[in-house]
Amino acid sequence: MTATMPINDPPPLLTVDGLTKHYDRHVGCAAVSFTLWPGEVLGLVGESGSGKTTLLACLAGRLTPSAGAVRFRTRAGAVVDVHRVAEPERRRLMRTEWGLVHQTPRDGLRLDVSAGANIGERLLTAGERHYGRIRATALDWLAAVEIDQARIDHRPSTFSGGMQQRLQIARTLVNRPQLVYMDEPTGGLDVSVQARLLDLLRRLVSDLGLAAVLVTHDLGVVRLLSDRLIVMRAGRVVEAGLTDQVLDDPQHPYTQLLVSSVLSV
Amino acid sequence: MSEPMIVASGLAKGFTLHTQGGTRLAVLAGVDFSVAAGECVALDGPSGSGKSSFLRLLYGNYRADAGRIAVRHRDDWVDLVTAPPRRVLAVRRETVGYVSQFLRVLPRVSARMLVAEPLRARGVAADAALARADALLERLGIPARLRGLAPATFSGGEQQRVNIARGLIADHPVLLLDEPTAALDAANRDRVVALIRAARDRGAAIVGIFHDAAVRAAVADRLFGFAAPSPRPVG
Ligand SMILES: Nc1ncnc2c1ncn2[C@@H]1O[C@H](COP(=O)(O)OP(=O)(O)OP(=O)(O)O)[C@@H](O)[C@H]1O
Ligand SMILES: Nc1ncnc2c1ncn2[C@@H]1O[C@H](COP(=O)(O)OP(=O)(O)OP(=O)(O)O)[C@@H](O)[C@H]1O
Ligand SMILES: [Mg+2]
Ligand SMILES: [Mg+2]
Repeated sequence: MTATMPINDPPPLLTVDGLTKHYDRHVGCAAVSFTLWPGEVLGLVGESGSGKTTLLACLAGRLTPSAGAVRFRTRAGAVVDVHRVAEPERRRLMRTEWGLVHQTPRDGLRLDVSAGANIGERLLTAGERHYGRIRATALDWLAAVEIDQARIDHRPSTFSGGMQQRLQIARTLVNRPQLVYMDEPTGGLDVSVQARLLDLLRRLVSDLGLAAVLVTHDLGVVRLLSDRLIVMRAGRVVEAGLTDQVLDDPQHPYTQLLVSSVLSV
Repeated sequence: MSEPMIVASGLAKGFTLHTQGGTRLAVLAGVDFSVAAGECVALDGPSGSGKSSFLRLLYGNYRADAGRIAVRHRDDWVDLVTAPPRRVLAVRRETVGYVSQFLRVLPRVSARMLVAEPLRARGVAADAALARADALLERLGIPARLRGLAPATFSGGEQQRVNIARGLIADHPVLLLDEPTAALDAANRDRVVALIRAARDRGAAIVGIFHDAAVRAAVADRLFGFAAPSPRPVG
């Protein structure tokens, strides 16, 4: 009996190799390596200050790492080193190939323009000039994220926190990126709003074939949304694997502590 | 139909409880096991002897300390102990189905959608998958009025039947069942027994834990025994 493995895997979307970020004296994250395939959802958990936001910022090309590399495979099939491409190209990739959903919706929205304009912005920068089509797409997305379409001309500053979070998601996903980075997308929301948002994210991920790296402190969210899980502590990866393996049969003392601290996941 | 579907050898599993002073529990050691297509094996042994842990190893949910678990996946063999996560997910999607003891409900997801999900994951169209989910739920006695609701408010027996439907819908070549009839009354138990027998007769390899002696007698071709637990504290 042989355990041969068919080589029918698609090429990876994201290859992260030894990613390290030092702040003056602090370690942000250290020696993080993983691979993400198209359509996969990777959960990222760890205590406060363990480097999750730092890692996301490096992955998304917003922060320059001290060492290591992030390689991304574009729709055109080119593999680019996110931190070595020229700045204009990186900006283009950040708008078209991936998106970042900030933990605080206000960081990811333009508060001085309407909800419709927030959603339409990426379409405009991608070259769409037909006002009617942009508005129609914005309306579709408002419906998809369960915001009353009548609010299209209202500014997001008049929205509740949960609505702002959903608007940020619509704004990020409108031009169908391959990958989305999400930093605590359900943080700070009340439980019923969280459930709706989770259901929405689940559907978007499966309908759009979206890949995601999802930072959260909520192990229930991780169980629901992510295929694989990385556990970080003090900037380093202490455990990684299939989500249910890591949660049901945790090996590292820190992961066991994390899992045993919640009632039931 | 005696084609082996799972061949496990030298399996060992223990737990180190870091949050409890590093206590070491040795649960399984040197387990050799196999199950063939069209065969139903009942795991047998006292509480705590490792039956559920063994089933979870066969699903790739627990990680083995030693040994291998060869699963016939498509026309190939995959060792679940060393396979990368993506491969384990592919094995679960196509080859190995698992019915846990309790349903994991998802917020706002209806019973019929939950049941249809394993088919959807294989690319079956929504309409077709939902039609099969309805038919299976019907066979399990879940009335139409409940199928469109999220099962969070269902009774224990209703939830368990939804769970069974979800586990059986995709006709996996291998089925792992952890006390599938535990929360059921006699009529529903008989419905589940009929479904398990039908799965076996179509050629599924089944490994199950059945505390109910009547259920076991009705479905199992042979028993696989586990010895009483012998926790061995270390350090
Ligand atoms: N701009 C900065 N300058 C200096 N140190 C920083 C900076 N940003 C983050 N750090 C430090 O890097 C470490 C990792 O921070 P990071 O924000 O990535 O953590 P986190 O895992 O996202 O935490 P939380 O769960 O609280 O959001 C922390 O010790 C933090 O104090
Ligand atoms: N994730 C886990 N972490 C720590 N210990 C575990 C874990 N899972 C199982 N165990 C331990 O392994 C031993 C075997 O448990 P298991 O659930 O496999 O027994 P079982 O034979 O299915 O028992 P029962 O008939 O009561 O269901 C028990 O001592 C249990 O506490
Ligand atoms: Mg953070
Ligand atoms: Mg058990």
